[in-house]
Amino acid sequence: MSADFSAARADFPALHQTVHRKPLIYLDNAATTHKPRVVIDALTRFYERDNSNVHRGLHALSMRATDSYEAARARAAAFLNAADPAEIIFTRGTTESVNLVAQSWCAQNLRPGDVVLATEMEHHSNLVPWQVAARRAGARLRFVPIAGDDAEHGLDLDALDRLLTPQVKLFAFTHISNTLGTINPAAELCARARKVGALTVVDAAQSAGHEPLDVRAMGCDFLAFSGHKMAGPTGIGVLYGRRALLDALDPWQTGGGIVANVTYEGATWKPSPERHEAGTPNIADAVALHAAMDYLDALGRPALAAHDHALAAQATAALADIPGLRIIGPRPGSPRAGLVSFALTDAHAHDVVTFADQDGIALRGGHHCNQPLMRKLGLPSTVRASFYLYNTEADITALATSLRRIQKFFGG
Amino acid sequence: MSDFDDLYRDVILDHAKRPRNRGRPPTANRAATGDNPTCGDNCTVHLRLGDDGRVAAIGFEGSGCAISQASASIMTTQAKGKSPAELEAAFGHLKDILASGKTPADFDELSAFAGVHAFPARVKCATLPWHTALEALKQPDQPAQMVEGQKS
Ligand SMILES: Cc1ncc(COP(=O)(O)O)c(C=O)c1O
Repeated sequence: MSADFSAARADFPALHQTVHRKPLIYLDNAATTHKPRVVIDALTRFYERDNSNVHRGLHALSMRATDSYEAARARAAAFLNAADPAEIIFTRGTTESVNLVAQSWCAQNLRPGDVVLATEMEHHSNLVPWQVAARRAGARLRFVPIAGDDAEHGLDLDALDRLLTPQVKLFAFTHISNTLGTINPAAELCARARKVGALTVVDAAQSAGHEPLDVRAMGCDFLAFSGHKMAGPTGIGVLYGRRALLDALDPWQTGGGIVANVTYEGATWKPSPERHEAGTPNIADAVALHAAMDYLDALGRPALAAHDHALAAQATAALADIPGLRIIGPRPGSPRAGLVSFALTDAHAHDVVTFADQDGIALRGGHHCNQPLMRKLGLPSTVRASFYLYNTEADITALATSLRRIQKFFGG
Repeated sequence: MSDFDDLYRDVILDHAKRPRNRGRPPTANRAATGDNPTCGDNCTVHLRLGDDGRVAAIGFEGSGCAISQASASIMTTQAKGKSPAELEAAFGHLKDILASGKTPADFDELSAFAGVHAFPARVKCATLPWHTALEALKQPDQPAQMVEGQKS
């Protein structure tokens, strides 16, 4: 039995509206989630009361703003069970976090002949930065394949062992696939990479707001996530990195805030985290992200994960017998994150999304920033329904009903 | 009529489900491919421009939503016998219909796209096959096999 979060629906103002005169059923949570009142209030409260720049002022508001910003950092460290708040760098989101490592770490450490390993299921945000970094360094980019069509769309772990050669300096992989719903065994992947001395970069965009995360138990070197996919605001995200790595890393952007001593000729850097946060940071959204992390932990992340998995199982069951509908990703009974991608024989993804929208159901159709994966699966596009704590079994019933009507409308 | 029924009029559904002129005509001497990267729609138009400067044969391949497939099908039925200038003019009519949402009395099947006006994100689905056909007309004359070879 999964926990019942139906009372939490009341916490999310945006859920309570009609779309095309139908009550909104929001199933596009993998793209971004809605925000609870406490997060919106935290954002407003910061601007109404504490607004000031951080780290530079000695007046009351500046000290309050600095305290709130640093408290958010400590909260993020606790959220990930990181050893030290200095291991938390605030960024714009997952994409920027990955770019920080790809540009800074790779520029300093990647040599011709080295290998960066990624997987075939990466979001463009955890793929293109490595393509660029590898090309610049004269290094090669290789991919852990996903297991064949009739398997479960998980990573091919035998191939991983063959690919993890001593040339591999960095292994970047997603914790949860935003298209397949696959949950990768992150701790095991990190352990295998460590054996050949490769650093690991975990894309936790789809897991941070859904699954309990413990970077020390996982054993990763870097981990990235976005606030907006976990009940927090847009424009704020986190890069976790082990302290020793971050302190050895040159800043990727330079300017104010990161420097210890500046002359006309040069500058020396502050230690992490400041050295990786040039310019005025996104203070207000970091403070609101703090509220989001509190909110999720109050509900209980293991319970949130169980709720997601239960909805995914209900959805795969409800959709399985719709004629012409093919579900992508883990087979029923295998672990699946709270999302289901599918294709209909007779209706293109965009027609499905437009039709469902008329029923008040928000879905996503397209390649989900996974073009190479879609090509591999032989699908031009899929439809994705992705769930969050406020979704219910009734939402899934409504989805299945709408999809049956779509099938009739476009089929035959 | 709801916006939705207006988007998927019978004419559009009919062409989407039973597209006309699908495939490459054996005599084709020109081709072009276009895509909408955000949707994953893609469209290849093969055609033969005759000695009289008019479209003698035309067909299309590719995949996409009902709007893009219907538009490709209707475009091919309209293109036959037209000169490049006439096809361009017909595309102009379609663009007027998409921009205004109005249904002129005498533009036959093109009027069916008036409903797309209410769905701005879908306008490029309707225009893709036309852009691709006009691009194909601009290609140099090629022996049929070469066009075939390029396709892959
Ligand atoms: C797996 C995965 N990685 C990375 C990203 C990029 O996140 P953001 O756009 O917030 O930087 C996303 C979001 O779509 C995602 O699903």
